[in-house]
Amino acid sequence: MYNNSDRRKFDPVKFDSSKSANSFEWPFRLNFYDKSPWYEVSLEDFERYALDRLRVLAEIESSFARNRSWEELKSVTTRQCKDHLPLNSSSASTVDTQTERRNDHLGHFVLRLAFCRSEDLRRRFVKAETALFRVRYESDDTKERELFLQSRDFKWTEVNSEEKLQYASELKGLGIQQTEEGVPTTERLYKVRWTQVPDLVNKRRVLLKDGWAYVPSKEQLSIVLRAFEANLENALDSTARSIMRMDGDTRLTEILNHMSRGFVAGVASEYSGPATGDEIRADMVDDLAKRHFPLCMRNLHECLMRDRHLKHFGRLQYGLFLKVLGLSIDEAIAFWRKSFSNLTDDKFNKEYKYNIRHSFGLEGKRANYPAKSCQQILLTDKPGPSDCHGCPYRHFAPDNLQTSLLATYSSQGLTSTDLAEVMRTVKEGHYHVACTRVFEITHAAAGVKKGDGIGEGESVTHPNQYAAKSIEIEKAQQGDAMVIE
Amino acid sequence: MADSAETSPEVMLQFYRMLYPFKSIFTWLNQEHAPKDLFTNREFAFTLKEDVYLRYNCFSNAEELKKQVCALNPTRFEIGPMYSSRPSERKLARSVKSGKLFTPLKRELVFDIDMTDYDGVRTCCTSAGICKRCWAFIANAVRVLDSALRTQFGYHQLLWVYSGRRGIHLWVSDDEAMGLTDELRRAVVGALTVIEGGKEMAKKVNVRGMGTKSHPGDLPPSLWHARDEGSRMWYPLLDDQECFLSEDGWRTLLKLVPDKKIVETLEKRWEKQPGIESSKKWNELKAEVKGTGARNLAALEDIILQYTYPRLDAEVSKHRNHLLKAPFCVHPKTGRVCVPVDPNRVENFDPNAVPTVMQLLQELDKAGEGANWEHTSLKPYVDMLDRHIVGILDDVRRRERARVVLQHDLNW
Repeated sequence: MYNNSDRRKFDPVKFDSSKSANSFEWPFRLNFYDKSPWYEVSLEDFERYALDRLRVLAEIESSFARNRSWEELKSVTTRQCKDHLPLNSSSASTVDTQTERRNDHLGHFVLRLAFCRSEDLRRRFVKAETALFRVRYESDDTKERELFLQSRDFKWTEVNSEEKLQYASELKGLGIQQTEEGVPTTERLYKVRWTQVPDLVNKRRVLLKDGWAYVPSKEQLSIVLRAFEANLENALDSTARSIMRMDGDTRLTEILNHMSRGFVAGVASEYSGPATGDEIRADMVDDLAKRHFPLCMRNLHECLMRDRHLKHFGRLQYGLFLKVLGLSIDEAIAFWRKSFSNLTDDKFNKEYKYNIRHSFGLEGKRANYPAKSCQQILLTDKPGPSDCHGCPYRHFAPDNLQTSLLATYSSQGLTSTDLAEVMRTVKEGHYHVACTRVFEITHAAAGVKKGDGIGEGESVTHPNQYAAKSIEIEKAQQGDAMVIE
Repeated sequence: MADSAETSPEVMLQFYRMLYPFKSIFTWLNQEHAPKDLFTNREFAFTLKEDVYLRYNCFSNAEELKKQVCALNPTRFEIGPMYSSRPSERKLARSVKSGKLFTPLKRELVFDIDMTDYDGVRTCCTSAGICKRCWAFIANAVRVLDSALRTQFGYHQLLWVYSGRRGIHLWVSDDEAMGLTDELRRAVVGALTVIEGGKEMAKKVNVRGMGTKSHPGDLPPSLWHARDEGSRMWYPLLDDQECFLSEDGWRTLLKLVPDKKIVETLEKRWEKQPGIESSKKWNELKAEVKGTGARNLAALEDIILQYTYPRLDAEVSKHRNHLLKAPFCVHPKTGRVCVPVDPNRVENFDPNAVPTVMQLLQELDKAGEGANWEHTSLKPYVDMLDRHIVGILDDVRRRERARVVLQHDLNW
């Protein structure tokens, strides 16, 4: 991180008199963090500014986990930043903007060291940092932002009016109104290589010609964010490589280890609930499914029973869920063997057993895979035309969802009058809220009320959490019953 | 399941010894005549009899590859990415604190289209079966993807390869495509994926932007060509596949019509007359829709897309380290060779006319001593690959020249 060529002796005098003397050291509020720290840092500062930043990033992560809207995330983050990571625009005359910017810079680089160690940490760090950058970008003074953008080469060219005319009908088809009766409007359009805006390409929101993407000015932010992300990803990669060679400075490693752990805490992206201590056997699954599983797992279970087969991602989603629920490896193999009753032993052993053992960490890279959270189920590995996995609230047609809900849960007290409410939340895109409401309805007999969620008003974020709570409630009831006896 | 005599080990060994175009495959992967890391750091995986799977093999040149293939005599072999170091030395690269990691760096952008994904819309065959009639779906997929990758993404080094049974593969060898990260590959797949949603989602095409009450969102321009191709094949397809003849078929169709009144009218009519053929049903639907506004018209477009748009096996394309069967391998069940396909004449391609390994060996016998693939019906296919390679090499040379010029300018 400390390049010799960059390393200049820190001059405390210059630094302290920041406002007057060195307004060029940190000309902008926004920063791509190209240059690693060249100033000397006390151990105290090293830890303090990193922890401050960590607080903000952790809040951003938890906003993602809670599925907060961008506006909500923005206001929460802005508030957090004010307390822990203030960063004022250059026009702010009463604040020491240079010190603020130096602390921001320092914190970022320390966290790079802490979060470059694993791919997962890198990915999450990049995501949170990019969100933080976006919050600041959107709240930046327009003029200062313009200057900042000019200070870097984003490799875009402005599209001239001739080209705008040439592609007029296609631009209109994208909702980018570029012409008025044959005359191009003045709205800017940028031309970049498509690899600079993968998210816009993915969503078909830009015009693509010969590998070039035509990006309207309202999407300009995408180019900037992507550049920020790519920059940071590369930097983390090389930091990861060089940190392997860093001689163990125990003062630093301790702080760094502590930090990367802190980031993990408080985010419920992985469920590792209380082990119930009860082993679950293969022949109990069918019964448990009917009483305790959320709709996604019920659906997979029914598909498996009906077709005697599940496709790859279905097996993965259901298999990991059952593992975390408490099915041991031997019971898991027994369960799948019994379920795939159309297969010969030979075919099962060759083609499926390995994958089951793999998911228990007994083959291949021997990773202990966690069960998929709702967020993962909603966002990754979207179901294809003949798949059964995914989140029914998200991936079923409304008609099928209603039929399925009634068929699945009417024995547990769900009636067609409840459907309207559930379907409304689904339509608004709050799939976890819909799922939580179904949990409340189907556990009403056990005293769960609307708004209780799966305990203390929390909503479902993990299918295992749903099932565990359902089992817990049933146990408590049985316990009560025994006391009464 | 026993393999046919067509692909017995003896036959396969003869095929690898006498017919398989190792030299061409090498140059295609290496993109140059002298071996470099694009070939030497490349992973090869072999599938042997008894389902033994050998991964992380690598070779210094075409001869070495041929030697090993003949020694192992695999039922097929697959090609993976070029790694940051030789796959055979991966453990060393991973363990040494040299900062030299073992990661996939470059790989052709690949696509896999398989007929089984069309089971919901084709009526002629199911699962593994394929006939000339199903091929219409594949032909359309080739036309649509080929055009999208060329005109939208600007890629030109496209090699289409018949997968030996019921599908087709595409390998894109352009420099930019080779270097795409997994994330960028995901973006390409996202842009090219139109059919989405699982079994329980009736309407699988949801690609329009936000619309208004009376006006649906516009179809993104990147799909205009696919829509036009789909419309062009629509009536022949209906006559051929009769997608809406059965009750299941037409009920599925009506689920995709948003206008409840139209659905009711047609439902009543079609329940009474079960035998109306698909194209007539479509015309009746069109007649009902006429004059009822843009929303219903858009639904018709979406239906055409749902039945005709290419169905990609997305997982294959998303990761650089995914392995894909090498061209010119033999499909163990059919004995057919995985030959290149000319996208401009894809509709004339007949999967059942592709030479089998047995047939090729007989031709070879007839040609007499010293014969090779040039004397068999494999020749036009190897020639096709060789022509494709010339294009790739030209590209490489052009890039090299540009680099030298740039350097010269800088030095100056």
